[in-house]
Amino acid sequence: MAQDKVDVPAGLWSRCESCGHMLYEKEVAEALFVCPECGHHRRIDARTRIEQLVDPGSLEEFGADLRSTDPLKFKDRMPYKERLKREQGKTGELDAVVVGRAFIRGRAVILGVMNPSFIMASMGAVVGEKVTRAIERATEENLPLVMVTASGGARMQEGMVSLMQMAKTAAALARLDEAGGLYIVVATDPTTAGVAASFASLGDVILAEPKAMIGFAGPRVIANTINAELPEGFQRSEFMQEHGFVDRIVPRGELRQEIARIIDYCGK
Amino acid sequence: MSIEPTVMSAGGAAAAVGGFLEFEKPLVRIQHDIEEMEREQRETGRDHAADIRQQRTRFKTTLKRLYSSLTPWETVLVARHPKRPLSTDYLRMVFRDFCELHGDRAFADDKAIISGFARIGGHKVMFIGHNKGKEVKERIACNFGCAHPEGYRKALQKMKLAEKYGLPVVCLIDTQGAYPGIGSEERGIAYAIATNLMEMARLRTPIVCVVIGEGGSGGALGIGVGDRVAIFQHAFYSVISPEGCAAILWKTAEQRKHAAEALRLTARELAKLDMIDEIIPEPVGGAHRDPEKVAAGLEKYVVAALNDLKRLTLGTLIRRRQERIRRLGSFFASPSEAKARAATDVSTTRRSTSRTSRLRTRFSQREKVTT
Repeated sequence: MAQDKVDVPAGLWSRCESCGHMLYEKEVAEALFVCPECGHHRRIDARTRIEQLVDPGSLEEFGADLRSTDPLKFKDRMPYKERLKREQGKTGELDAVVVGRAFIRGRAVILGVMNPSFIMASMGAVVGEKVTRAIERATEENLPLVMVTASGGARMQEGMVSLMQMAKTAAALARLDEAGGLYIVVATDPTTAGVAASFASLGDVILAEPKAMIGFAGPRVIANTINAELPEGFQRSEFMQEHGFVDRIVPRGELRQEIARIIDYCGK
Repeated sequence: MSIEPTVMSAGGAAAAVGGFLEFEKPLVRIQHDIEEMEREQRETGRDHAADIRQQRTRFKTTLKRLYSSLTPWETVLVARHPKRPLSTDYLRMVFRDFCELHGDRAFADDKAIISGFARIGGHKVMFIGHNKGKEVKERIACNFGCAHPEGYRKALQKMKLAEKYGLPVVCLIDTQGAYPGIGSEERGIAYAIATNLMEMARLRTPIVCVVIGEGGSGGALGIGVGDRVAIFQHAFYSVISPEGCAAILWKTAEQRKHAAEALRLTARELAKLDMIDEIIPEPVGGAHRDPEKVAAGLEKYVVAALNDLKRLTLGTLIRRRQERIRRLGSFFASPSEAKARAATDVSTTRRSTSRTSRLRTRFSQREKVTT
């Protein structure tokens, strides 16, 4: 499958979007796309994330050929069908999440990874269904569920169909919870709106990458509503931890061992 | 998923001049003519009764014509009409003996959501509803029905109380969305809504939800998961406001009419998508023209739904609710599954054929025995 790395300019060198430092791309890739100078965590697509997170080659994907049927026949400046095709061509993926069974440091898990390269990983019927299937698989197989979230929210082009995916995923998590299943969320930049207000907030343990945007309403909407400047660091991981909604902030390089540690603590 | 702040400040009031909406312009002229004739009749004693009657009929037919073909954007305007009955009106018209219960036991009493014990038909229930407020002061106090996290926590806390004593929950939905503000984020609006979605999916008591006006995104869904979800004929339910959608996808809020159409947010479209169970009819010209009538429809629907749901065992109730939620928005295709399904279909057909033939043999054997 084609790999399309988010915000990575073609070429050997790139400028860090946070500190402006000139970086040697190969080095950045080795550092898991974290800026060696300032620690800025670049957004990465689902395949890159999976490669970083799971034991090599251990992912057995399911629901891989699910695709949207464009229930609203939606058209804005461009028909949604066309937009989907363009995104599919660009990313080599059919939609914005990859789910499957995998191993993390030898521990079997059900894994879901959202793909910010695909319409900002917005949630429509396909994302909702695949996430729900991942939850159900974790429940049936009594395996820990790890969801790496990133999303602009519900997918407008699927209207109410996408809003209802919030209810669908949350209801599946109620069943996982009742079965005593472990659910670990890894919130990455950006985890917002409809996804934040459903499965991304319901983890037994919620980890977050540093400085990830995590929140419900868009900062511009809030600024317009209250007619004031937003405080420094508003809706970032550190802010969310400060206010009690994130358990731990974990740099990308430590995610594997942290996830394994939590799985061991919860006896799964 | 976000709501458009400009709408909130206008509160929909600016859209309706003299109680008439933009698209109701033809009615304004007729109404004006009627008033003129009445005044002249009063002042000069001339008899205009026949003309007035004729104009009144014209008013009615025009109203009927306008409302039989509302565009999605017009529906949005009707749903936001400043005179549209609110939860508090239905509380007065449909429910009896309301015993309000305040507060979320953690931070505050959010007036954007009201809750408490109430009676409807022969049922004791927990009433939960968005409150947009009537007068300016009340509207500001309840943030025009846009709840903070404490509102959703309050709703959940009351639902848990209802669960404990076996009271069904009735939710009336009418909000532009959850409140977008600093405090709202600091106190975890996303977590509060997410928690409600999960807990409402497994609450061990019947839940009936009705969208009575605006169904604004996650803020609506936060008290909108249930065994039955109905919507008023001219209400709407959407993932994002038409203004917000237009601003993002068309880069200009001017395209809100197109956005309203594209989002399929009307009751009829939602029924086609299987998002809702029933449409509660409104009188010609919208709920605000005959509140008692639409209230009667609401009461009939809620009482019938509760009668049905109360017959089920809790296990069946929860199972069916979760199956209902599981099916929502199954708009995806999978070539591999289609193939697999086709294969199983053949085998089930074969199985069912053999089963029928077995039954047939047994039946004929029995026939033989009797003959």
